Amino acid sequence: MSTHSTRLASRLMVAPSVLLLFVWMAVPLAMTLYFSFRLYRLLSPDRTGWVEITNYKWFFKAPDFWLALFNTLALVGGVLVITVVLGTLIALLIDQPVKGQGVLRILVIAPFFVMPPVAASIWENLFMHPQNGLFAAAANALGAQPILFLEKYPMSSVIGITAWEWLPFATLILLTALQSLSSEQLEAAEMDGAGAFSRFRHIILPHLTRAITVVVLIETIFLLGIFGEIYTTTQGGPGSASTTLPYMIFKQAIVAKDIGRAAAGGIIAVILANIVAYFLMRGLGRNLDA
Amino acid sequence: MARAVTPQRKAVTTLAAWTVALLIFFPVLWMVLTSFKTEASAVAMPPQFLSADWTTANYAEVWARSDYPRFFLNSVIISLGSTLLGLAVAIPAAWAMAFVPGKRTKDLLMWMLSTKMMPAVAVMIPLYLVFQRLGLFDTRIGLVMALMLMNLPIIIWMLYTYFKEIPAEILEAARMDGASLWNEIVHVLTPMAIPGIASTLLLNVILAWNEAFWTITLTTTKAAPLSAFIASFSAPQGLFYAKLSAASTMAIAPILILGWFSQKQLVRGLTFGAVK
Amino acid sequence: MGKIQLRAVRKSFGDVHVIPGIDLDIEDGEFVVFVGPSGCGKSTLLRLIAGLEDTTSGTIDIDGKDATNLPPAKRGLAMVFQSYALYPHMTVRKNIAFPLKMAGMDQAEQDRRVERAAKVLNLASYLDRRPGQLSGGQRQRVAIGRAIVREPAAFLFDEPLSNLDAALRVGMRQEISELHQSLKTTMIYVTHDQVEAMTMADKIVVLHAGRIEQVGSPLELYRNPRNIFVAGFIGSPKMNFIEGPEAEKHGAYTIGIRPEHITVGDGPWEGTVGLSEHLGSDSFIKVNVEGLGVINVRGTGELDVHHGDRIRLAPAGKIHRFDKEGLAL
Repeated sequence: MSTHSTRLASRLMVAPSVLLLFVWMAVPLAMTLYFSFRLYRLLSPDRTGWVEITNYKWFFKAPDFWLALFNTLALVGGVLVITVVLGTLIALLIDQPVKGQGVLRILVIAPFFVMPPVAASIWENLFMHPQNGLFAAAANALGAQPILFLEKYPMSSVIGITAWEWLPFATLILLTALQSLSSEQLEAAEMDGAGAFSRFRHIILPHLTRAITVVVLIETIFLLGIFGEIYTTTQGGPGSASTTLPYMIFKQAIVAKDIGRAAAGGIIAVILANIVAYFLMRGLGRNLDA
Repeated sequence: MARAVTPQRKAVTTLAAWTVALLIFFPVLWMVLTSFKTEASAVAMPPQFLSADWTTANYAEVWARSDYPRFFLNSVIISLGSTLLGLAVAIPAAWAMAFVPGKRTKDLLMWMLSTKMMPAVAVMIPLYLVFQRLGLFDTRIGLVMALMLMNLPIIIWMLYTYFKEIPAEILEAARMDGASLWNEIVHVLTPMAIPGIASTLLLNVILAWNEAFWTITLTTTKAAPLSAFIASFSAPQGLFYAKLSAASTMAIAPILILGWFSQKQLVRGLTFGAVK
Repeated sequence: MGKIQLRAVRKSFGDVHVIPGIDLDIEDGEFVVFVGPSGCGKSTLLRLIAGLEDTTSGTIDIDGKDATNLPPAKRGLAMVFQSYALYPHMTVRKNIAFPLKMAGMDQAEQDRRVERAAKVLNLASYLDRRPGQLSGGQRQRVAIGRAIVREPAAFLFDEPLSNLDAALRVGMRQEISELHQSLKTTMIYVTHDQVEAMTMADKIVVLHAGRIEQVGSPLELYRNPRNIFVAGFIGSPKMNFIEGPEAEKHGAYTIGIRPEHITVGDGPWEGTVGLSEHLGSDSFIKVNVEGLGVINVRGTGELDVHHGDRIRLAPAGKIHRFDKEGLAL
């Protein structure tokens, strides 16, 4: 359904979005790129100039850089695995004939409405706190030592908190996909002698491919930039144990007030995001076709 | 599903499903309960459930010490404003991508999504400077624009998947009936896509309401929404759990209630094309 | 008025030449049917006339004015789609009034025209329902109603009956024919069903692979098909084609005989009855004739032959003769 005039109209209709997004992306990116080659410290504003790739060198030589890189990917990967696996199981459970499905959905969806700083602070103070948290209380009741979640296992704790926030999203999308599966297909498989596991493996899971793709794509977009959860809970610590790339950049910009280095880190983060995006779109884009 | 299920099996799955759902929901419930306890009761060991000293004093104190209505109003304006503006920009774009697709449509969509992958922290300083320079810093309009751009790719994607399900013949019929492009979109496409648009609107209001990074970076006082309100609360208050919980509850209650009431609408469209 | 002229109209999608070049005149008030197998370009041709697609080259004149580059809305044509394409969020009344509203007609005139169309189409009691609450036939009428209120120069129908069941299809076919009798407006009708073409058309345009194979009245096409394609496409059951020595006897590469032009009883061809279908009014039998292959015969309802019978056949009507390229001699 296209004529010259509809094609022309369609270009005009997409143009504002493309233009806005391009400016929104390109201007800050260009400025970041510029700063990344400059000496730019808020603490010594009179010393400026080109420093070539010094800022980048600093980043690559920084002792916590590779850890931060690893943590960033661990956060994305960990949350994805937890939310997709648990989300699928919970969706399968809720999809069963159970009483009060509507209320169940309301309960499960709740964490999605909680803003990240609040989510982080609930977990940090009310649950993981070594003296006053519920987990400590549970440990005491069992006669065990309270686990020092944020001190001993900071990255796992952050992954856990973030996974709790994103679990509803994954569950809901997977549940909707599950409900669109025709029961005839499952019944046919049952007639063919497929057991519960085979039905899951050969009928349900393939049907969920698209939904899982969408969950992975959307979550990755948000998870690559996770910041608030770390800021509220561990502040990247102890030491650098839970520092991710975004948090490392934040520390350079706000704590060390070295904009040049932060910008170099920003460019590295953008390149990383693009690499991830490339593989993601390549690998998953096909699943989204038609 | 017309399959017979034994009552026993139904009881077991019901029990399991409710246990899991309550576990997921429990942190929110616990926060709300804590917000109604006295500070002493909130940190008591072992934790108090029914024996706690219940009080509403925390809410009174949070209300008295901060300008909650202003933060609330800012949140409403910013999340709703950015979403409506986003829809206005996205509906034409999604129309074009869904009904006049080209070879590059998929790539364009993926490019739009990839702009969202840029970590916000990476471009924080430049955007801060740009907003300062343009006089948008700590203004509602500035935040409306920032959040609109932040969520635009998601809005376009959701609408695109929705529009694609509408038969092109109906739009062609409108064209034959003499409708201009404007009328085609306003009188035919948009009303037909109302469920999808509603769900897009809800999701993006939620995302904008819960956005904490840009709202905190780009505001100080005047335009600060509830995410900034809660940030200001947690820092100096230290371990005053009950008050922190009360403030947290106040920050999330509006969106939680909206979300619960409209969850059917929200869920229906929350598929991103995952369901064919 | 509704005179439409196509001059050297071509349409390509990339390297695919859907319509390599067509010239066609459609006179005012004519009922023209584009017929052909699926993929023959008939729908594309209709969409070119509608303005929903651009021509790659060539011109389309409507009432003597060049409409090649006009948008659909400006061509003064109305279209009925295969899926009906009703607006699901509007009532029947609003659906029918939509083109009038788009034309900026005042409310009173809109109401008057909608009422009149509803009366003609027996829709008066459904005006406040939505399309979702209507049956297939009713939806079809709404789609027609939406087309007639505009009083267009010509109506375009894109396989409008293919979503209806067989009984309803016959009824709607007659209704559309009657509508044409009363409105006397040009109608262009696309179908893959040659029965619809034969029963409704003043003029049939047989399309094949984007080319016009033949243009003519139903009986012209039936009597004098210009080539094997048209001969095989028009008429049901299909014409029998015979090659080899039997054709050479008639000085042709291929000869064609319609099943209804063969009599059972005495004759030069002998064979065994394969399938026999007795419809009461007619009988369709397939006879395996030695040296000729399977011959379809249409006989009277009382024809009493069955599977396995040995019978003799005789050609008893026009024998169509074709050369090696399939053109009629």
